[in-house]
Amino acid sequence: MPGAETVVSIQDLVKEFGPLRVLDGVGLEVRRGQTVAIVGRSGSGKSTLLRCIAGLETVQGGRITVCGHEVGTPGSAARAQLRRDVGMVFQSYNLFPHLTVERNITLALTLVKKQPKAEARQRAAEVLAMVGLTDKIAAYPEQLSGGQQQRVAIARSLALQPQVMLFDEVTSALDPELTAEVLGVMENLAQRGMTMISVTHEMGFARRVADLVVFMHKGKVWESGPTAEVFANPRTAEFRQFVGSEL
Amino acid sequence: MIQLNANHLLYLLEAARWTLLLSVIAFVGGAILGLPLALMRVSASRLLRGLASGYIQLIQGTPLLIVLFLSYFGLGIMGYKLVPLVAAGLSLTFYAAAFLGEIWRGCIEAVPRTQQEAADCLGLNRFQQYAWVILPQAVRIAIPPTVGFMVQIVKNTSLASVIGFVELARAGQIVNNSTFEPFAIFTAVAIIYFAICYPLSLAARTLERRAHAGR
Repeated sequence: MPGAETVVSIQDLVKEFGPLRVLDGVGLEVRRGQTVAIVGRSGSGKSTLLRCIAGLETVQGGRITVCGHEVGTPGSAARAQLRRDVGMVFQSYNLFPHLTVERNITLALTLVKKQPKAEARQRAAEVLAMVGLTDKIAAYPEQLSGGQQQRVAIARSLALQPQVMLFDEVTSALDPELTAEVLGVMENLAQRGMTMISVTHEMGFARRVADLVVFMHKGKVWESGPTAEVFANPRTAEFRQFVGSEL
Repeated sequence: MIQLNANHLLYLLEAARWTLLLSVIAFVGGAILGLPLALMRVSASRLLRGLASGYIQLIQGTPLLIVLFLSYFGLGIMGYKLVPLVAAGLSLTFYAAAFLGEIWRGCIEAVPRTQQEAADCLGLNRFQQYAWVILPQAVRIAIPPTVGFMVQIVKNTSLASVIGFVELARAGQIVNNSTFEPFAIFTAVAIIYFAICYPLSLAARTLERRAHAGR
């Protein structure tokens, strides 16, 4: 969707863990409604990039802006704004095990958005319906399958109505069947026009759903472009090899 | 020589009430000081971490007996004469706080870091992250070792006898001074301590098993 406003903008991003430079001058623009798949080998920096956008890492250089606001340092006013704009879903679901599915979802609504309890519960019911788990509203996370837990995690993020959703290898811990149900939810979201950035190993999902594919290698955006284009004509040897290794 | 009789046993049981009281003071006081210590140990501020860690090292590296001497005789000479119950209560509180602070720090750190990250991404501030996500999970982890530590507190109250506080151990000595039947008397004393501590140990073990089963 050319012409749509930029939601996420990254310039010259540098992230180091001690002597190790994990992100080495990354740039990326994501427009409203786009679905971006970040692919690459383990250790290429793709998850770190996502964590930087989510504001979970302190960066050593460069700029990240989300919806026009710079990603600030923890505790800053900019950070509070970022939390309203960005939803994050993790590989390990990270549901709160001591709370029911409903409370997992309403916690931030009541604490952060200061919604009345009844309104928050209604919102929880809405987002659970979107991920097809209405009947699990009173369950505890440990009573759910991994796929169901991940769908609750997606619903929990969605409830806050973020401008952009980040997915960090959200199906890596799931078997193929459960993977399919989670990817189904994500596909649905993409069709509804949600802006999404997804670090993924699911090349089929990337091909089918992503508008933009970003191939990361050695802490850089090695190659990126519209999905059909990059898969049809890989420009770099590394991406060609990476695509060739999938069966 | 006076024969060991029922009155002596009654006297021991009455003294055991002081042991219990001292244990409760130490535990409650230790908990009130220990929780802030644990939170300071996991704080983002290096100063707070350092202060808490310094305190814990100091107390853990000092015999409780010496802390008791300091708070009773030491402060007494400086003009702050504390009654034995207060001196013993304070010393045991400082002692319990250091250990509980360290136990609870471990429990807080045992909650996966990703839980805090998830709460952070949902927009909860640091206070809310602890109050609603981390501490409720840490409490479950903390119950077995905390109950286990209460056994240590009960046994260590016996040290208060050296500053003249008449709790169970001191009462045993007093009875022995008149009856000279140390074996019988201290066996009785030991049984009473055991009767207090064993249920606690048992509870700690049961709670631990339940905590593991629940995961």
